[in-house]
Amino acid sequence: MVEMAGTKAFVKSLELEGVKYVFGLPGGVVIPLCDEILNGDFRFILARHEQGAAHMADGYARATGGVGVCLATSGPGATNVVTGIATAHSDSSAVVAFTGQVTRATIGTDAFQEVDIIGCSASVTKYNMQVRKASEIPKAVKTAFQIASTGRRGAVLVDLPKDVTTDVEDVSFPETVKLRGYHPNYQPDPREVEWAANLLAKAQRPVVVAGGGIINSGASRELVALCEYLMAPTATTLMGKGAFPADHPLSLGLCGMHGTQAANNLVPEADVLLIAGARLSDRTTGSVKSFAPNAKVIHLDIDRSEIDKNVETVTRVVGDASLGLRGLLYNVSKLRASGDAGSQWSKRVSEFRLQMNGTGNGHKEGYLRAPDVVKTLRNALPREAIVTTEVGQCQMWAALHYDAYDPRTFFTSGGLGTMGWGFPAAIGVKAARPDVPVVDIAGDGSFGMTENSMATSIEEDLPVVVVVLNNHMLGMVAQWQRLFFDHRYSAVKLKGNPDMVKLAEAYGAEGVRVDTLEGFQAAVRRAIKSDVSTVIDVPIDPEENVYPIVPPGAGLKDALLEA
Amino acid sequence: MSEMHVVAFLVENRPGVLFNISNMFRRKNFNIHSITAGTVLDDDTVRITIVVQADARGVNQVVEQLDKMVDVIEVKRLDPLRAVNRELALVKLTTTDPMAREEALKLVNDYHGLILNIEPDNLIAEVTGESADIDAFLAAVTPIGVEEVSRTGVTAIEKGRLKLEK
Ligand SMILES: Cc1ncc(C[n+]2csc(CCOP(=O)(O)OP(=O)(O)O)c2C)c(N)n1
Ligand SMILES: [Mg+2]
Repeated sequence: MVEMAGTKAFVKSLELEGVKYVFGLPGGVVIPLCDEILNGDFRFILARHEQGAAHMADGYARATGGVGVCLATSGPGATNVVTGIATAHSDSSAVVAFTGQVTRATIGTDAFQEVDIIGCSASVTKYNMQVRKASEIPKAVKTAFQIASTGRRGAVLVDLPKDVTTDVEDVSFPETVKLRGYHPNYQPDPREVEWAANLLAKAQRPVVVAGGGIINSGASRELVALCEYLMAPTATTLMGKGAFPADHPLSLGLCGMHGTQAANNLVPEADVLLIAGARLSDRTTGSVKSFAPNAKVIHLDIDRSEIDKNVETVTRVVGDASLGLRGLLYNVSKLRASGDAGSQWSKRVSEFRLQMNGTGNGHKEGYLRAPDVVKTLRNALPREAIVTTEVGQCQMWAALHYDAYDPRTFFTSGGLGTMGWGFPAAIGVKAARPDVPVVDIAGDGSFGMTENSMATSIEEDLPVVVVVLNNHMLGMVAQWQRLFFDHRYSAVKLKGNPDMVKLAEAYGAEGVRVDTLEGFQAAVRRAIKSDVSTVIDVPIDPEENVYPIVPPGAGLKDALLEA
Repeated sequence: MSEMHVVAFLVENRPGVLFNISNMFRRKNFNIHSITAGTVLDDDTVRITIVVQADARGVNQVVEQLDKMVDVIEVKRLDPLRAVNRELALVKLTTTDPMAREEALKLVNDYHGLILNIEPDNLIAEVTGESADIDAFLAAVTPIGVEEVSRTGVTAIEKGRLKLEK
């Protein structure tokens, strides 16, 4: 036991967790904390909006596989982080958010900047808590990190009343905390693995759908090994991009609303479908009835509550994906030789792989075609570059046409689809991976939501590249209005967009507008060498659609392919 | 097929736990009929019993979602054949008419209830039993005149050696 102030206990606790960065923005009740942070062994990255701080922490967490930390003041600071932690939580990213709170005595009096952030954040966190005593700060921090980073990862919020941080008490630092109700289950039940392996071994038309759980578990190698052994074509969900190498002969690419023809046709044809580390949202399955009508579904996930939630399964394997896949391969290899189950299936798979990427509309004067831009970007970047995305058409073009070869090289807000996520997340990624180029594939609308993160990027020397696919539109909404609302545009035209080049320059960043693919490629090559962030403004036809698209409620096979 | 299921669970006795649990039920659109809670032998643990209307997959989700919560220590759907369920009701009956009072006393007696309070115009009866028994009692006393009802919701415990904590 050592006597110290809550602020010191807080900073020391973060140091003990190995925290390198705290992303945040101060305010009245966290001034004492910020003061003590000056002595801390980590960097405080000043955001310009708490939502941005939370997205930075999220990007950092995804890039490292560790925990991202953000800090906000009470009231509006705390409510501003809610979108950020909801986004992280929905994509199983380990973010710990610390919020200031009014003093214990004033809680409940509607004091200045008092918000019940525990109530507000309850539905969008894995756990949250308000610390009631200075001496409990170390345990609270330890608990928060433990819960956020183990089992199925998620967001945790810790609320710190001001006087709890300023009180001086006897403090000790626990090495672990025991939680009676929390026992993440990593080791799958061997019987479940055996049953599942039996099904896989007998499959004539096996297909695998891999999700973000593969990336979180670090199970890509095991996934590739199993798929190769079974010769099973493999699709990924949006969150699973990078889990299976896009240039692998068995890769089908993205499955779901904007999935490839290969994935969306072959997944429903499977006789045995292995879902690995995916939660099967409506965006992945399309109409659930026609998702896997003839398949025995095997679901491997660390979160037991995901199994049978949206799609009914025949066999489950609950546990860590990498252990589960290893167990499956071991058992399958006892049951049958490696290779092809039915040569007809491989023929069908290779047919579909040939016509894989959806195209787009014909070329229009003055614009670049978005799929070409994304493919050119891929060619201009080194293999290990990391891409984040904003939300909308830009995101789906990125998902469809940007080939990710390795886990943790493609990050997107999949669950929530939070516009404005990609840019601050890219800055967080850059903090984690200063050694590789980091590029945000952005839409003009999304970029406008968190564009002020540029100030942080410049100030903190965290240069990233923002490729704005600039259609002067809330493009994805406009696409729906074209396809499903009789072409009536409502509230989608962004006529008042700033000049992206001047905007970048105003921050001291670089801005460049391109009008050819060659010019774009050259701009990317320059940008990734620059010491400051670069915004590349790319003119995109406001009428260009993302294809394929599975209309909402339709089955995966019923995609619209072309206008 | 949608049916009533009893789910019992133990939770950490910490501020906000009941809020978190009911919030989860609301968020997941679970159809909760009753919820009862109270500390058990130690003060750190609260035992909660809920009655939920759901099909087999739905009740499974209720159990899994509860199990997933950090503050939930143990959770189980109770097998109706292997558990006893009880609910308590306090019922205020109008008994201005002496005949009605006699009838009321008889019914309370039939249902093994107690009379807790008697006033010139009304009396308060306590009845315990399975929810269906209480429904039946209420149906029987309705013609007499029911002024107010307060029901606790179901609490339950397993028979024999079975128990919630491992
Ligand atoms: C915070 C937030 N608000 C609204 C939406 C709904 N939405 C989805 S895509 C989209 C348009 C995005 O526009 P832009 O960033 O320009 O991308 P584009 O589709 O044009 O490529 C909107 C408004 C959202 N996903 N997130
Ligand atoms: Mg746009």
